[in-house]
Amino acid sequence: MNHSFHLVVDNVEKRFDTKQGEFLAIRDVNLRVNRGEFVALIGHSGCGKSTLLNLLAGLSTPTGGVLVCAGREVKGPGPDRGVVFQNHSLLPWLTCFQNVHLAVERVFAGKESKAQLKERTENALKLVGLSHAIHKHPNEISGGMKQRVGIARALAIEPAVLLLDEPFGALDALTRAHLQDELLRIVAETKSTVVMVTHDVDEAVLLSDRIVMMTNGPAATIGEILEVKLARPRDRLALAEDVEYHHYRKAVVEFLYSKHKKAA
Amino acid sequence: MTNAITMPLAVGASLQEKETKRSAHEMFVETAKKTSEDTAESRAAREAELAMKIRRRREQITGLVQTTVPAFLGFALFILAWQFLSQINSQIPSPAKVWMAAVKLFSDPFYSKGPNDQGIGWNILSSLKRVGIGFGLAALVGIPLGFMIGRFTFLDRMTAPIIAILRPVSPLAWLPIGLLVFKAANPAAIWVIFICSIWPMIINTAVGVQRIPQDYLNVARVLNLSEWKVFTKILFPAVLPYMLTGVKLSIGVAWLVIVAAEMLTGGVGIGFWLWDEWNNLVVEHIIVAIFVIGIVGLLLEQLLTRIAARFEFNEKA
Repeated sequence: MNHSFHLVVDNVEKRFDTKQGEFLAIRDVNLRVNRGEFVALIGHSGCGKSTLLNLLAGLSTPTGGVLVCAGREVKGPGPDRGVVFQNHSLLPWLTCFQNVHLAVERVFAGKESKAQLKERTENALKLVGLSHAIHKHPNEISGGMKQRVGIARALAIEPAVLLLDEPFGALDALTRAHLQDELLRIVAETKSTVVMVTHDVDEAVLLSDRIVMMTNGPAATIGEILEVKLARPRDRLALAEDVEYHHYRKAVVEFLYSKHKKAA
Repeated sequence: MTNAITMPLAVGASLQEKETKRSAHEMFVETAKKTSEDTAESRAAREAELAMKIRRRREQITGLVQTTVPAFLGFALFILAWQFLSQINSQIPSPAKVWMAAVKLFSDPFYSKGPNDQGIGWNILSSLKRVGIGFGLAALVGIPLGFMIGRFTFLDRMTAPIIAILRPVSPLAWLPIGLLVFKAANPAAIWVIFICSIWPMIINTAVGVQRIPQDYLNVARVLNLSEWKVFTKILFPAVLPYMLTGVKLSIGVAWLVIVAAEMLTGGVGIGFWLWDEWNNLVVEHIIVAIFVIGIVGLLLEQLLTRIAARFEFNEKA
């Protein structure tokens, strides 16, 4: 019955043991994601959206419920899920090429020749527009470029799902907008299934097919799911005056700031 | 890089001005593209490049002067004070006398007249050999141990109290144990080096492993890398700078300790030689020995600093 869904989150709950006792971060989370769908998780800080993403990545295990990715239960981290972290997490002693190659090698070594692995790495970097900086070290490139390498590394392993944890959160507004456009292009090109954590309303509306809005923690859960039926390819400039776009935007803002306002 | 800044300034200017204001670098790049044409433009570029080289060179020289002059002044004052001291206390040889003694010693550093009378070169080399063996063994044991302590909390908790007690023990306190076990002076001296230089390597390596950013380990986890890959691609490069700091500290300690150990154990070595010259009451040789110890120690540390600098990586852009 779950076969038609690419990613299934079933009644998931996560408790943490803290010094103050048990802390219930998220509960009763149910989500189904189709192949090729782009889903954004949005909510105030502390709503457990990153907790949910870590569960999907397998970096932590749920205390209740099940997660299924491409027909297999998530039991730990694995290369069927590509993860892009907020702070790029590139290894500073490796070049961009080597950073991506490390991932490529892990997944395809043994199945493919060295030349093919090299080609995969180069293609991934080309996809994110970094062919010119392939042999640079992370400290020699800008923050936006580092994040591109992070995306290249995640995509190079051809994951079933791409998991993005606030990938553009640390970037300036202009770079962020540019990378969002790039991500739109890349996702369209690769037909990736994406789950992205964000706290940026415009980003969510611009990029996603569905926006999963989470209530405030503790014991956070999915409050509403908004389907974004804007036609693709989407254009930032055209959407700026689009009535529908503003309708979606308003819906998310309303959820965040009136229904589930966070006491600062 | 000032050239790059002048470029946008030229944008608003007239074409004529633009031509003259074009950055030297831009022109230089262009020259490289069409080397066949020797236009006025390319000549100007070469001249600009040359002018810049001269300016850079001049800056280097002033920088050098600014650092070396105070150093020389410091040395001069030091020698002056020493001279003054030798004049009020006739037992202390003057700088000139010590210099003469040093020249004589180093004119024939590798003579050998039996085990107790060898050239200063042999003495230094014997000490370095002992340090090398003791320190090498310490690295061989200490670095892997540091990795394990850093990786396994249980081992860390198990060894922490022992390390805390043994680390501050004076080097020479270990000598009798060495003599007892090895029944010979040379291995005992090496043992002292070993036990004293092992701590900084264990501790720094362990701290390095414990301080690996979680981000790097998360990369390893999401990619499900093999233990070997985790070690070679993440653990080792991340810990290397810490490890080398430990190695640097250790070699300093080892060199400090060898002199003291040799004074007690005898044989051939710079520490023993120093003590021997004290027995012979050749004070200028003692002072020469002090300088030699200092300079060799400095060189050892410089060498390791150089090596460490090669492996430094820049985390922040």
